[in-house]
Amino acid sequence: MEREKIVKRVNEILAEEYEVDQSVIEEDANIRDVLPIDSLSIVDLVALIQSEYKLTIPMTDLPKLKTFKDLYEYIYTNLPTDTTA
Amino acid sequence: MGIWSCLGTSLDEVRASLYNGKSGIVFSQERKDAGFRSALVGNVPTANLKGILSRNERQPMPEEAQYAYLATKQALEQARIDEDFLIKHDVGIIYGNDSVAEATMTALDKFRNMKSTVACGSGAIFQSMNSTITMNLACLFHLRGINLTASAACASGSQSIGLATLLIRNGLQECVVCGGAEENNMYGIASFDGIQSFSVRENEPTKASRPFDRDRDGLVPSGGAATVIVESYEHAKRRGAPILAEVLGWGFSGNGDHISTPNVIGPSQSLKTCIRDADIDLRQIKYVNAHATSTRIGDQREAEAIFSIFGDYKVPVTSTKSQTGHEMWMAGASEVIYSMLMMKNGFIAGNINFENPDEASAKLNIIPETRETRIDMFLSNSFGFGGTNSTLIIKNV
Repeated sequence: MEREKIVKRVNEILAEEYEVDQSVIEEDANIRDVLPIDSLSIVDLVALIQSEYKLTIPMTDLPKLKTFKDLYEYIYTNLPTDTTA
Repeated sequence: MGIWSCLGTSLDEVRASLYNGKSGIVFSQERKDAGFRSALVGNVPTANLKGILSRNERQPMPEEAQYAYLATKQALEQARIDEDFLIKHDVGIIYGNDSVAEATMTALDKFRNMKSTVACGSGAIFQSMNSTITMNLACLFHLRGINLTASAACASGSQSIGLATLLIRNGLQECVVCGGAEENNMYGIASFDGIQSFSVRENEPTKASRPFDRDRDGLVPSGGAATVIVESYEHAKRRGAPILAEVLGWGFSGNGDHISTPNVIGPSQSLKTCIRDADIDLRQIKYVNAHATSTRIGDQREAEAIFSIFGDYKVPVTSTKSQTGHEMWMAGASEVIYSMLMMKNGFIAGNINFENPDEASAKLNIIPETRETRIDMFLSNSFGFGGTNSTLIIKNV
């Protein structure tokens, strides 16, 4: 899948889930500064990515995902090959 | 007091609905298409908390907790209790609830489809516990006293008020948020429909709920939430609260009998205990808000129980379920509010659709149409599956 498609779709689903305007989501912004994410609601981000891309982010990898760019790259790199999403 | 029901979402709206004999019952095509035997339901407005609570605050809240939040917000405002007061005082919460079906189903469907527990989402565990309302409201309103869910089937809301009254009498609490809530989605009561308990008068939704009427054919499910603030007289006086009424007595009993078919002795005992606890002459009671749900055996047994206690004293009796349908876990609390609205506004809302009595209801003084009258004291019955009975007596102030 093209990286641009991932960026577009991830921004859409995160904006909807966390009730923020897509315009506030910038590649280099810190995810936790932009989205209302705490120790509980981070689970919803993992569930969203899992549902959309059939990709499970292990909790041990979460600290590595600081910016939105980190998240896009993580999905792009780890995306299962058979996904059509 | 605060209310979110099929008769309205404010005390004024509900008072007008009661007075005008309005029915809150509608036909649901969605339920029919889904396979319901009876697709009748109370038309409860959606609770939209977006813009009121943050996304993270709403995540742990199923439908019934959202209703309860709105009802409780109203009740606290009417009682003139603000956030600052709640932070500085140990206000408790005892709230009736006995199902979290849709929340549980939704989370477990996601788990099974994805074969992943993370798929349930962050709010699922809190949404799918029976104490979801007390856990959510205690956090949102900063309640630092007793935090307890009363699960007693259709007597849950009434038991919550009774339990709070006991804690206050014993000096263990000064102020408790009480009430009851009921999810109004079809999943909460699909299995209830399955045991053929609901009215199938689908061509006449507003005539379907007809407690005590000879031609009743089952109950109509509804939902929402109702909240009352119960506090000690001294506490209320000290803080200049608008005191509406006094909880004079609470009675309860168990049938110890069949799981769904009520008997007469159990409800009678609940009434007796309540009257003894209130220490009154039963002729002081000017109105009985019956539990009567519009089922053949249930209404009949309650009519016999009321007659066995009141005898020749023909106290006016109605079931507001004729207008609301059966609000189940919420009913014990909502019916206290309906009766309170009647008492404070000088009328008894008629038991709509009561056209012909049966042998048992003929012995009671059932009021079919709204009557303007003074009520100084009322009795409210709530009975539930498993034979759990609760009765409250409340006096005007």
